[in-house]
Amino acid sequence: MSAEGNEPEKDRKAPFWSDIDLRAVAPFVALILLLVLGALANPNFIGLNNLANVATRSAFIAIIAVGATFVISAGDLDLSVGSMLAFVASLMILFMNSGAIADPALMLTAAVVMAMVVGALCGLANGLITTVGRIEPFIATLGTMGIYRGLTIWLSQGGAITLKSPEIQQIYGPAYFGSILGIPVPIVVILAVTLIAAFVLYRTRYGRHVVAVGSNSDVARYSGIAVNRVRTIAFMIQGLCVAVAVLLYVPRLGSTSATTGILWELQAITAVVVGGTALKGGAGRVWGTICGAFILELVGNIMLLSNFISEYLIATIQGSIIIIAMLVQRSLTRKV
Amino acid sequence: MLKKLMGVAFVAAALTGTAYAQEAKTIGVSIPAADHGWTAGVVYHAERVAALVQKEYPDAKVIVKTSPDPASQANAIQDLAVQGLDALVILPTDPDPLVNAIKQVKDKGTFVTIVDRAPSVNDSTVRDLYVAGNNPALGRVAGEYIKDNTPDAKVVVIRGLPIPIDQQRQDGFDEGIKGSNVEVLDRQFGNWNRDDAFKVMQDYLTKYPQIDVVWCQDDDMAVGVLQAIEQAKRTDIKYVVAGAGSKDMIKKVMDGDKMIPVDILYPPAMVGTAIELTVAALYDKIPVHGTYTLDATLVTKDNAANYYFPDSPF
Repeated sequence: MSAEGNEPEKDRKAPFWSDIDLRAVAPFVALILLLVLGALANPNFIGLNNLANVATRSAFIAIIAVGATFVISAGDLDLSVGSMLAFVASLMILFMNSGAIADPALMLTAAVVMAMVVGALCGLANGLITTVGRIEPFIATLGTMGIYRGLTIWLSQGGAITLKSPEIQQIYGPAYFGSILGIPVPIVVILAVTLIAAFVLYRTRYGRHVVAVGSNSDVARYSGIAVNRVRTIAFMIQGLCVAVAVLLYVPRLGSTSATTGILWELQAITAVVVGGTALKGGAGRVWGTICGAFILELVGNIMLLSNFISEYLIATIQGSIIIIAMLVQRSLTRKV
Repeated sequence: MLKKLMGVAFVAAALTGTAYAQEAKTIGVSIPAADHGWTAGVVYHAERVAALVQKEYPDAKVIVKTSPDPASQANAIQDLAVQGLDALVILPTDPDPLVNAIKQVKDKGTFVTIVDRAPSVNDSTVRDLYVAGNNPALGRVAGEYIKDNTPDAKVVVIRGLPIPIDQQRQDGFDEGIKGSNVEVLDRQFGNWNRDDAFKVMQDYLTKYPQIDVVWCQDDDMAVGVLQAIEQAKRTDIKYVVAGAGSKDMIKKVMDGDKMIPVDILYPPAMVGTAIELTVAALYDKIPVHGTYTLDATLVTKDNAANYYFPDSPF
């Protein structure tokens, strides 16, 4: 699944593994190492329930990070996703509370559509400010981060926005807590989103354009790629991914508050980078990103399940693991 | 003693309110902007009590101003002072950086009441009155309730953030369970946040096959805790003790929810106590100087209705 699949063929006599891009494999090796470490730390760790919990609750960051993979591959950055999630989720709950449609199932369907549209529009706004407004994506999305967060706090008056209708809650609950063929729904959604994203990124012309723009936007422009359109669509994909994460977030607690999604943008970026996508753009690894999101969630899980480490040090260990992961990745690139 | 003082203040306020007209007074109320549940409650109660006071004393002017951070709160205090204040009620976003701004107001002879967050030097040079909840007692009352009701309980604790308030609550809790068989299995940080509390609770449920009671210190975190227990379909957990006094948890106590039998007050409404006492000092010349500490009241099914504000955002 690596993006460098079409490199010139190497010497026939080289062993088969020299063709494997170690950078793409590294996150998966790290994941397996973590699983072993976890199993040693606590016998309950490797249980299906625990792993399903961890995978399920990593869904928000994982799905947002899939979107971030597009934005980052195209050489941009989106800092607004945490606030955007809180904003879209708040709007969705308020819409369902408004009682505009009497039938709960119909209401829910309308709310889902609304969330997707609002998410895409938020992404479009980020994209247009960056490309048409020609503002650095870091600054543009720093601005919208404040805007979406402020709107959320305003909507909730600083408190919580809670889904009122018990009927909708009952229909909607399984979207987070239910399972399909024994697999929790959020995990199914992660896989579906990643499959679609991988197809778009690796198999379509648009995906190749994203990587081309991220590698060198000037060269891409001279090659006739509509650079700004590619970047704007990447931001819209990010917005859609945030909306999908919202669809899973709302049924979990049935409520949002002013603190919903704080610092999730940094977690998403971390997942993308740990997954092997270069922060400077030009290479995207969607499956690595998912792996990165699992790794982030697993580290916290293992810390809590093991009794060795003071609760004050959890952030220190998490930070160290991220840095070590990056150092390992870097040393691998040099060898290749 | 303090309760008596409060009683006197209220009676006096009620008497004077109907008895005769007063001279115009301006009271500035400076509070943090609503940025999470508890501060949202503070804003709600400040506005609610300001309206009550103005109804009772038609020529009183109560100005409520919210600020997101210490720097803008310092500006807000200056803006208020320019309008000519008789009293300032302030719940500081962060007390120490604001001490100088508060002192400037006080040096002009304005009556100053500090609420909830005390500066390191908290005496009559900085303020006239200090009104606060009781953090150690919030923990102690929770501990005592668990000790009295489930003396052999295995308890998991979800803490807030690693800051002094959290430590005071933890120490109070340990004092509360002292001399019992209550066993604390684990303490981890849930950052006073629903999503984080949900995760921590999920991991506790994996780690410990038997948990009797959860103490999670804060009503917002209780939302995540309850959801995690429900998802795991665990039946060993007898109940959850939280605190603060959010309308959702008070409602559960009122309705006799088995998982939330009690709540412990650290009420955002304390800003209202501060405003009322300040008004009493201004209009009725009642001595209210000193420290007024609210109880960490145990909210049960019987008294829950007293603390239920369905219109509050918290």
